[in-house]
Amino acid sequence: MTYEFLVASAIGVLVAGGIYLALRARTFQVVLGLTLISHAVNLFLFASGRLVLARPPILAKGVNHYTDPLPQALVLTAIVITFGMTALVVILALRSFLETGSDHVDGAIVPCDGQDGMAESAGEGEAP
Amino acid sequence: MTLADHLTILPIAIPALAAPACVLVMRRRRRLGMAISALSCLLMLAAALALLARAMDGTITAYALGDWPAPFGIVLVADRLAAIMLVLTATLGLIALAHAIITRADRKGWHFHALFQFQLMGLNGAFLTGDLFNLFVFFEVLLIASYGLMLHGQGPARLKAGVQYVVANLVGSALFLIALGLLYALTGTLNMADMGARVAAIAPADQGLLRIAALLLVSVFALKAALAPLHLWLVRTYAVATPAVAALFAIMTKVGVYALIRVVPQVFGESAGAAAFVPAPWLWPAALVSAVIGFAGVFVARALAEQAAFAVIGSTGTLLIAVSGWQVASLGAGLFYLVHSTLAAAALFLVADVAARRRGAFADSAAPGPAFADRAGVGLAFLLAGIGVAGLPPLSGFLGKLMILKAAAAQPQWGWAWGVILGTTLIAVIGFARVGSAVFWKTAPEAEGPPAPASRADLITPALALALLGALAAGAGWASALAEDAARQVLDPAASARAVLGRGAP
Repeated sequence: MTYEFLVASAIGVLVAGGIYLALRARTFQVVLGLTLISHAVNLFLFASGRLVLARPPILAKGVNHYTDPLPQALVLTAIVITFGMTALVVILALRSFLETGSDHVDGAIVPCDGQDGMAESAGEGEAP
Repeated sequence: MTLADHLTILPIAIPALAAPACVLVMRRRRRLGMAISALSCLLMLAAALALLARAMDGTITAYALGDWPAPFGIVLVADRLAAIMLVLTATLGLIALAHAIITRADRKGWHFHALFQFQLMGLNGAFLTGDLFNLFVFFEVLLIASYGLMLHGQGPARLKAGVQYVVANLVGSALFLIALGLLYALTGTLNMADMGARVAAIAPADQGLLRIAALLLVSVFALKAALAPLHLWLVRTYAVATPAVAALFAIMTKVGVYALIRVVPQVFGESAGAAAFVPAPWLWPAALVSAVIGFAGVFVARALAEQAAFAVIGSTGTLLIAVSGWQVASLGAGLFYLVHSTLAAAALFLVADVAARRRGAFADSAAPGPAFADRAGVGLAFLLAGIGVAGLPPLSGFLGKLMILKAAAAQPQWGWAWGVILGTTLIAVIGFARVGSAVFWKTAPEAEGPPAPASRADLITPALALALLGALAAGAGWASALAEDAARQVLDPAASARAVLGRGAP
């Protein structure tokens, strides 16, 4: 098994899990799914500069083979943006849940019941 | 270097400076913050007009950020198309901002003006950049600002629609990055002009990957342009957003169309070898379907703002029917219609707001309500906005659609384009007539109207947008010639590559 196979299958598994979660009806699963997808995207961008081991990214005398530094810069930008966006979507999902009483993505108003554990945990929190 | 050399970056620099200034002064001096925001919009309009004047003779200005030569550094490219879009953005921004200030919609949250400026910065940057990854970054800037603007005013409906809007766009951003990664791995560059030159030399074994990258990129742009079947996020988002914001959002779908017009000829153009115009066969049917869905939505909409949102989808579909011909005549007609349809959709959102403000609890629902103040004036504005969106004479939409029809006649499957454009126009006219007669002619007997508003100042902004449509119709000869020149320039990527890379393109 090569290094390439490992990275490629990791990206594939992350995307598959991300798509499964992103298609769920509740916001928290969707947020987790988006996080998985963005991890996969970051790995993919990193791999787009080719996978090489122990090569310098900076021009130096006596070195003929380099690793490409640009994808690493791109990944950094992508990480910063997705980090901010994940924070935003978590807050947004929370506000939406608190204002509408439902955490369904498609807008169906399905109040949370005891089955979800929401009602009990809220009750326990207030009890003392 | 003089100021004239730096003119290209001004449309990005002005809002980038104005936005933090707004954040700083807003808490203590609200009026100063509003003044900064308005001044920034005026300066942007001046800079955009200066750029248009410079690009008018066909000059393509490449501005190397940090003076790093392309393709190693990021370049901004100002040609006719970019200048037209900048002028349109600044004009629309000014109208939307004026409406927000007049209706006091900007007072519902602290950071309206800062977000508004960041939104304009993202839009201007997306129109100017000549680098694909930079395009992604500016897309994110405008999207992040739009998340804030869309939620401005809050309330459960906005939050619910906001979650869907953000999730849909995050998935779009992820796909954009995957497409960029593929293209970078294949070509080793992110500069659009350089990439266009290198795509032709890609090995036959990699053609499949190139096609995947091209189609992914086009899907992302289609998502931003709300092209069917990726249009589902748009209606609820635009219908519940603050109307002044929705008016500005009228140009956001056009950013997707602009990116298509920019990237497809330059990177996947005639010189791309086996991958030449890969997305073309997919765009055409999708454009036809969006035009039908959009204007059918106009027909069945239950509220004025919802109707305007569907009109955005329909007009984008009509626009892409023209664009997907990839000929000078059809693309020129499309660009003329792009300017028109953006202003018309914005006018419709503003009229919907003006009516909603006068109808009390009935808001903008398409049901007979109370007899409200200024009914004749608002009704006239709605009539004109409806004429503009549907594309009837005397406003510019008629000329735009006529040019699209004329250009489509030269193409093999012209029957479909003619049938869809003429059919959807009829549906839209009936839809607007139905809603207009319910809102402006019929009166519910028991309905109690709210007191008349203190001023009629909020009628100014829709009137301004409609006057611009009239001006566009009056100056249609000049405007359509400019649009055609811009289309010719976009379809000649070699000239752009010469200007950006400073050498003859292969």
